[in-house]
Amino acid sequence: MLKREGEIRIPSGCAIAAVISKEGKGIRGDLISEAMKPMHDRSNGLGGGFAGYGIYPEMRDFFAFHIFFDHRSTRKECEALLKERFEIVKGELIPTRKIPQITDEPIIWRYFVAPLKSMLAAEQIDENEFVARTVVKINTQLKGAYVFSSGKNMGCFKAVGFPEDVGEFYRLEEYEGYSWTAHGRYPTNTPGWWGGAHPFSLLDYSVVHNGEISSYDANRRYIEMFGYKCTLQTDTEVITYIIDYLLRRQKLTLEEVASVIAAPFWSTINAKPEKEKEKLTYLRTVFSNLLITGPFSIVFGWDGGLMALNDRLKLRSMITAEKDDKVFIASEEAAIIAMEPEAENFYAPSGGEPVIVRVKEGKF
Amino acid sequence: MNINATGLDFVDLNEALRQSRGNCNITHCLGQRFLAAGISDKTVTVSGVPGNALGAYLNGAKIEVMGNAQDAVGDTMNDGTIVIHGNVGDAVGYAMRGGHIYVQGNAGYRAGIHMKAYKEKQPALIIGGKAGSFLGEYQAGGTIIVLGLADNDKPIVGNFPSTGMHGGKMYLRSDCKDIRFPSQVHTHPASKEELDEIDHYLRHYCSYFDKDLKELLDSPFTVVMPDSRNPYRQMYVAN
Repeated sequence: MLKREGEIRIPSGCAIAAVISKEGKGIRGDLISEAMKPMHDRSNGLGGGFAGYGIYPEMRDFFAFHIFFDHRSTRKECEALLKERFEIVKGELIPTRKIPQITDEPIIWRYFVAPLKSMLAAEQIDENEFVARTVVKINTQLKGAYVFSSGKNMGCFKAVGFPEDVGEFYRLEEYEGYSWTAHGRYPTNTPGWWGGAHPFSLLDYSVVHNGEISSYDANRRYIEMFGYKCTLQTDTEVITYIIDYLLRRQKLTLEEVASVIAAPFWSTINAKPEKEKEKLTYLRTVFSNLLITGPFSIVFGWDGGLMALNDRLKLRSMITAEKDDKVFIASEEAAIIAMEPEAENFYAPSGGEPVIVRVKEGKF
Repeated sequence: MNINATGLDFVDLNEALRQSRGNCNITHCLGQRFLAAGISDKTVTVSGVPGNALGAYLNGAKIEVMGNAQDAVGDTMNDGTIVIHGNVGDAVGYAMRGGHIYVQGNAGYRAGIHMKAYKEKQPALIIGGKAGSFLGEYQAGGTIIVLGLADNDKPIVGNFPSTGMHGGKMYLRSDCKDIRFPSQVHTHPASKEELDEIDHYLRHYCSYFDKDLKELLDSPFTVVMPDSRNPYRQMYVAN
């Protein structure tokens, strides 16, 4: 029998792409699907996925849980657990389209939920931490259920298949969001499980990742000290938790997060002006266990923005471009042209140089 | 002959190119990989965005791209010429062993990584703009020229140029005061004779991209070469 995600380690190749409107204008989900077509050969059909931000405006006050279930009975069990902790405002099947390219789909539901005030008071934590703990609890303890999206006014859509087919399967053209990220996966030795596709997300944070980090176990051991559980043995999961830890719990800025996970070499730090040198030295020293080594290019999404980042040696490709209010990011220039033939200001960020794009305040 | 690349995958597009006679004009290219790989006898013009490994193993043909190109242009090319009227991605000229690559604009990381040369096989990579980090990493032979013609405040080359360089020659059109080189290479201002050695490359660059040779030469050049007096000193115990 094939081993499942988490029982075997899978090195990946992959393609990534993203688009964001700085004015917060709606972008249809099929646009990002177009980006994945010219990069078809970077994936091998064993995983594709998307994250859309601003897609549930009428439900923006509720956490949107997207969950895979193996069986109907698992769903009942999971719903019972959710009801103990949340008010479920709405629960429904995620609309999909039957296409021959996508098979063996699990049962895919979404729930719009609000944490019960009594539970928050009892556990003495804020609602984000409460939701994060619930997600970890379901994903580690409830066999056959997997929460793959848990943010507000955003959602991940992922499956085993080529990304452009996954986009069609999830009817992405029916969603509009101010930003989208996409991923095509090329695991070389995979069981191919739906939960193992990208993006990985926790709360409104999502990560798509092309690469193969070599510091996985060092990073995992460190991050698990803070209550995270890496269940899938994939790089991307640990990157998601690292960013969550540094941003949400340590309150670092995005630029500082980039300087931790893609820390410059000591020789580069030493050549910096005194003040910057001091800061970089501090970050590299305090969070040395969260330095990510080995090749990666990632796009990190959150409520209101995107950040693109390469490993410090830039062992994976990444290019950005602009057109009017939109910023584009992709593994290949061709992918950007597929989204916007008139794209301009192409720029290849250096290793460790974050490209951070925020939607204007009040526009999302 | 014209080939419209719309809707063709890289296998079909390359097959159409191989079947074509004489010069070939490819339009609407969008990410198809390995374009013109290994061919020896054509002039190919490309508009749109060619995919990775354009002209890999090129064996004498000439490729001209009317815009930007992606990663690994001229990967392991043996002979021929590639002219890019734009920027290139990472690892241009990866392990090239012959032929010439002219890039009008900037190059990404690892340009000219592990270029090599042997007797009449003397490859050259000419970058008009600026180059990313690890330029000429493990360079074993051939010539890399960077002209620095770009409107940004970045240095002419990023961090760690010529790391592991043990052969060939690099010319940077700059005094390189702020560039840190590894200890196993020597740098010196280019002499008149050394500039004469690359005169024909500079002339070609100017004619491809309509630049003024005088202007190019009106600036100091720095030559980077491996310290060949005792290249293994760092690897073995001195006794």
